[in-house]
Amino acid sequence: MNSDANPVLTLALTFALMSLFAVGGANSAIPEMHRVAVDVHHWLTDKQFTDVYAIAQLSPGPNVLIVTLIGYSVAGLAGALVATLAMCVPTALLALFVSRFLARSSHTRWPSIVQTALVPLSIGLMGASGFILARTSDRTVVAVLVTVCAAVLASVTKLNPLWMLVAGGCLGFAGLIG
Amino acid sequence: MSSDLPSDLSPAAAAASDHSTSVSNPPSLLRLFVAFAKMSLAGFGGVLVWARRGIVDEHKWMTADEFNETFALCHFLPGPNIVNLTFVFGSRLRGLPGSIAAFSGLVGPPALIMVVMGALYHRYGEIDALRRILSGVACAAIGLMLAVVLRMMMPLFKRRDVIGLLTLVATFIAIGVFRLPLASVLLVAIPLSIAVTFAMRRKEAA
Repeated sequence: MNSDANPVLTLALTFALMSLFAVGGANSAIPEMHRVAVDVHHWLTDKQFTDVYAIAQLSPGPNVLIVTLIGYSVAGLAGALVATLAMCVPTALLALFVSRFLARSSHTRWPSIVQTALVPLSIGLMGASGFILARTSDRTVVAVLVTVCAAVLASVTKLNPLWMLVAGGCLGFAGLIG
Repeated sequence: MSSDLPSDLSPAAAAASDHSTSVSNPPSLLRLFVAFAKMSLAGFGGVLVWARRGIVDEHKWMTADEFNETFALCHFLPGPNIVNLTFVFGSRLRGLPGSIAAFSGLVGPPALIMVVMGALYHRYGEIDALRRILSGVACAAIGLMLAVVLRMMMPLFKRRDVIGLLTLVATFIAIGVFRLPLASVLLVAIPLSIAVTFAMRRKEAA
């Protein structure tokens, strides 16, 4: 694929299309972002992709802003802007349109059926996201332990997730992650 | 509800007045922008909690039920949920300009931070200490994502929803292991899953 001809245009088309398939939110689309950015277009290496994910998690704001970083890596400021808008605006307009439509018509049971049908898909996609990122990231026993501890702590306690990210960063800095 | 909106509002707000909202005096575009920027900048690892706090508790722009309903709608539609929610919400208060103001607040300031972080990463990303730190952060961040997956799976286990769990595992394998393109997987999986859910509902009802 000749993606170098106009990277900004490629970004716009890629993320606009991807957003339409992001059922259950931005984290469900991470496997697709990885496939497109690392395997198809070679915009980022595997390690750079997990770094970008880590930076996005460390920063405030909606999870979707990982595309801002990917866009920036590909084409600087213009890339960041275009990737962000392409990922957000088409589906937001769709949501606006559907919400107006539903406000006018009587509520049917379709939204509930569609939602029930989509939930397992979006959980499966998020699980795949974790798996794909972990294949690059969790290469040592300590690294796996950090992932498992963060998963357990976040499941059973109300601890602010930021502390787990900081703890992971400290262990990494100490050279324990590998 | 919507009918008690004062008539001297901007045309944009009047255009949105056929939607249910509990606000009788919608905030200005600037206030919308600032409110969403605040929620967004407070939200590390997800903005939803802060959006609920800001919209329902602090500003009382929506009741808890209205918020849940709007979020449910935005959750089943594709795309980043919180962005969808912001757009729909902004339009209910102030029409399309309201959507744009809220969206700019939600995405603008943190996107600027992202760009700065991206620039720093490009400049210093090769430094060994930074690479090690990011590796550690990534490990923890993956754990957090897995926690969300576990929490979302619990209701399926409790309901003994075998079909749901099979769908989940099939999606995981297709995308995570075989690395198939998202679009082709979902074009098969979504209609199939909807058909099965619909059939199950009819069976239950019968």
